[in-house]
Amino acid sequence: MWSWLLHRGSGLAVLGFLFLHILDTSLITFGPKIYNKMAKLYESPVFRPLEVALMFFVIYHSFNGLRIMVVDFWSKGAQYQVLLGKAVMGITLLLFVPAAFFMLRPLFI
Amino acid sequence: MAGVEEVYAKHFQPERSPTGWEVWSWFFMRISGLLLVFLLLGHMAIMHVFGGGVDRIDFDFVAARWDGFFWRTYDWMLLALALLHGGNGARIVIEDYFRKDGLRVFLKAGLYAVTFIFFTIGTFVILTFDASQMPGGG
Repeated sequence: MWSWLLHRGSGLAVLGFLFLHILDTSLITFGPKIYNKMAKLYESPVFRPLEVALMFFVIYHSFNGLRIMVVDFWSKGAQYQVLLGKAVMGITLLLFVPAAFFMLRPLFI
Repeated sequence: MAGVEEVYAKHFQPERSPTGWEVWSWFFMRISGLLLVFLLLGHMAIMHVFGGGVDRIDFDFVAARWDGFFWRTYDWMLLALALLHGGNGARIVIEDYFRKDGLRVFLKAGLYAVTFIFFTIGTFVILTFDASQMPGGG
């Protein structure tokens, strides 16, 4: 139940950012001055935690999505539900923690 | 390996009687999802983690990246698949929570319109961007 809710929530959050990201990238057609001003905004301490949250949502949604596919298409998938759920959380944290470290490091150096 | 309809039927109550279209929407989410795992995690790793992360992204970085055919194609595929996958996901969420016909149709129409507009903007930018035509660019 919670993985189902987190899948929906993370999916909607990533879609929301996708809309914003299409708009911010479109500013490239207005030249370097405007685009670089926007790009600087993403480096601010306000946006960094949101970037980290986005990374978590993308990684979680990816591997939970793969788990859903395994359960759907592998006849023994449902049998290993609990193990697969733990694997999703394990892989997510394994990738997310170092990624978050790299993303947050510029704030401290 | 079981057929698509067979696998789908396993997961949904028969009274929900999925139409053929709904089965293919369900299948599309898995195919596009599988492609997006690679495209999007690759994008996130390149843009946010390695090589300096978002700090190095500026006009010149994008201009150099979109100088070639490969990254424009990569980014456009990401745009198209992410919008279709995300838009279809949001449609399913709307269908689950809004049972009143009027509001549901209104929200779905809005979602389709927004998705189409953003797809058009994104495609236009990726196809037409030319750094040499910019004031102070290229």
